[in-house]
Amino acid sequence: SVRKIVSLDDHIALACAGLKADARVLINRARIECQSHRLTIEDPVTVEYITRYIAGLQQKYTQSGGVRPFGLSTLIVGFDPYTGVPSLYQTDPSGTFSAWKANATGRNSNSMREFLEKNYKETSGHDTIKLAIRALLEVVESGGTNIEVATITKEHGLRQLEESEIDAIVAEIEAEKAAAEAAKKALAAPKET
Amino acid sequence: MVLDSHKLIAASGESGDRVQFTEYIQKNVALYQFRNGIPLTTAAAANFTRGELATALRKVSILNPYFVNILLAGYDKETGPSLYYIDYIATLHKVDKGAFGYGSYFSLSMMDRHYHSGMTVEEAIDLVDKCIMEIRSRLVVAPPNFVIKIVDKDGAREYAWRESVKDAAVASA
Repeated sequence: SVRKIVSLDDHIALACAGLKADARVLINRARIECQSHRLTIEDPVTVEYITRYIAGLQQKYTQSGGVRPFGLSTLIVGFDPYTGVPSLYQTDPSGTFSAWKANATGRNSNSMREFLEKNYKETSGHDTIKLAIRALLEVVESGGTNIEVATITKEHGLRQLEESEIDAIVAEIEAEKAAAEAAKKALAAPKET
Repeated sequence: MVLDSHKLIAASGESGDRVQFTEYIQKNVALYQFRNGIPLTTAAAANFTRGELATALRKVSILNPYFVNILLAGYDKETGPSLYYIDYIATLHKVDKGAFGYGSYFSLSMMDRHYHSGMTVEEAIDLVDKCIMEIRSRLVVAPPNFVIKIVDKDGAREYAWRESVKDAAVASA
């Protein structure tokens, strides 16, 4: 099936929401630009550079004759090739882009963003994956089959999680939720007696 | 130079063309991998390289070849290791052993004498050393230093140097 999270280069990945057909065109151009930059500048792109490029492309199609804007927003994530600092950017069909610590895009993105605003803590590794899946579970019918999860690390680049891994983490989250519910009930019970 | 994890390109010829052309091929091979999610086979990379050389020959009806001779070596999981001989006017040939340049007259003779299929790495390095010895003693314009690189199932890597002139040591601060 068509994947929504793809890698643009060894150290940069893109997640998109919207018209898949437009996404293919944009992703192709971005991939070419990543290699072209490596060829002429002899350096890998920074996350900001490629975001600026993609956003610039989206903007061009809002101000030219006989074309329509690209129907998609993107989340661009990656590592600075030398400092290794991770970054997250978002672009939209108007061609604006901004940097984020955590974000969501597409259907139900507003409620997901609210969830992230309430629950975001600077985490790494497993905890970050759990936070992302917890945010997704707010708006999606639970189950590994409805969720696509990928992580990007400096050493190994983009890695798509397998369904079994996602199911395992979902089970972990559900268990935590159940434990929290039970704890709440235990607190409430003494008062009632 | 390393073309990708399991491919090596050895190029000789006009210095500017050598660098520009091989880097161009390298970046296009990488682009293919990102676009399609799988690496190019060695045969495909060799044919692509030859195609680029061939196009440059007749584009805009002027003879303007890239003056670069290439030996492309690679390892594919399905078909094992392979070597391709690509010369500057876009000859493509799959070979077991190859050489370019003035030194090739000596190297190819050594290989004709000592090469057999199914050589071990040690035997192959031995043969390479024999070729280097011939070049050092017979070629008037022999380079002082040589580098040996290997491609196998574990990837493309630098194996060894054969230096007769070492770089001057960097003065410590």
